[in-house]
Amino acid sequence: MAEVMESTLAAATDAGATRVNTIRLTIGELTGIVPDALEFAFEALSIGTIAEGGSLEITVVPARSRCLQCGEEFAHDAIDRRCPACGSFLCEVLAGDELVISGADVDVPDP
Amino acid sequence: MELDLSRPILEKNDALAAENRQRLADADVFVVDLMASPGAGKTSTILATIAALRDRYRIAVIEGDIASRVDAEKVKAHGIPAVQINTGGACHLESRMVSRALDALPLGDLDLIIIENVGNLVCPTEFDLGENAKIMILSVPEGDDKPLKYPQIFAISQAVILNKYDTLPVFDFDEDAFRSAVGRLNGAAPIFTIAATKGDGVHEWAEWLAARIEASRR
Repeated sequence: MAEVMESTLAAATDAGATRVNTIRLTIGELTGIVPDALEFAFEALSIGTIAEGGSLEITVVPARSRCLQCGEEFAHDAIDRRCPACGSFLCEVLAGDELVISGADVDVPDP
Repeated sequence: MELDLSRPILEKNDALAAENRQRLADADVFVVDLMASPGAGKTSTILATIAALRDRYRIAVIEGDIASRVDAEKVKAHGIPAVQINTGGACHLESRMVSRALDALPLGDLDLIIIENVGNLVCPTEFDLGENAKIMILSVPEGDDKPLKYPQIFAISQAVILNKYDTLPVFDFDEDAFRSAVGRLNGAAPIFTIAATKGDGVHEWAEWLAARIEASRR
């Protein structure tokens, strides 16, 4: 979360923002990241910054993979990642491992 | 106003990990990142691996711990260069810390660096350090249900070591359940059963690692 704050505050300052209202994160379900823990960290880390009193908006992305053997694309959970069509474990994760700062809603004063 | 960022959260860590990886490839040094819970036997596994491979490879160790130098001292006592990283509270290693540790090692005189990550089954999975392989060690007393509780670490590891295998008869550890849970997460990863302090099974693990080192040189 420290990385999120550092990166977002730098981008907001570069854009001339005086206030960060919302930080939007995209988090894959496979990362095991707990949104509550991020919100707690956000509250602690935002104190004394232009994001203090702002909010965190977290979009959780469900897991999807593609089987490298038969080409099947399928949704799955965190603990069973085999291809449901052919049973292969050689699969490529297409979605669900994201850890991305998608954007932020900021106030930029009129020049 | 909406700022469109689309930035990976770990962008800086990943960029520095890529630098580490290039630097290690240029020096022809293979790096394994060992991840496990506290007490699973990371240091014992490292010492057993050193004993098995030191005649073939020049080895160094990077020890990550929240505090203390105990592990680095244990490794140095075997005549192996070791750098201790104290994370000062952080529960995982990051590529910046490893970069500084690499500065302190004679890369030109090494073939293999073993990184002992901080004891933790969660956070180390997300941080690329620039390693060639992440390896997970589970010990029998921790229980066969760990792949269900900490799936990501099993899913991203290139091999799984089951340590303290000699204690299997006294613990209620269902090896078949463990193997099938790992198989559902990461069927490609071999599982090595070892008793690091006795040396049992270490040969198979060490030979697998040696084959990976050789393959990286081709």
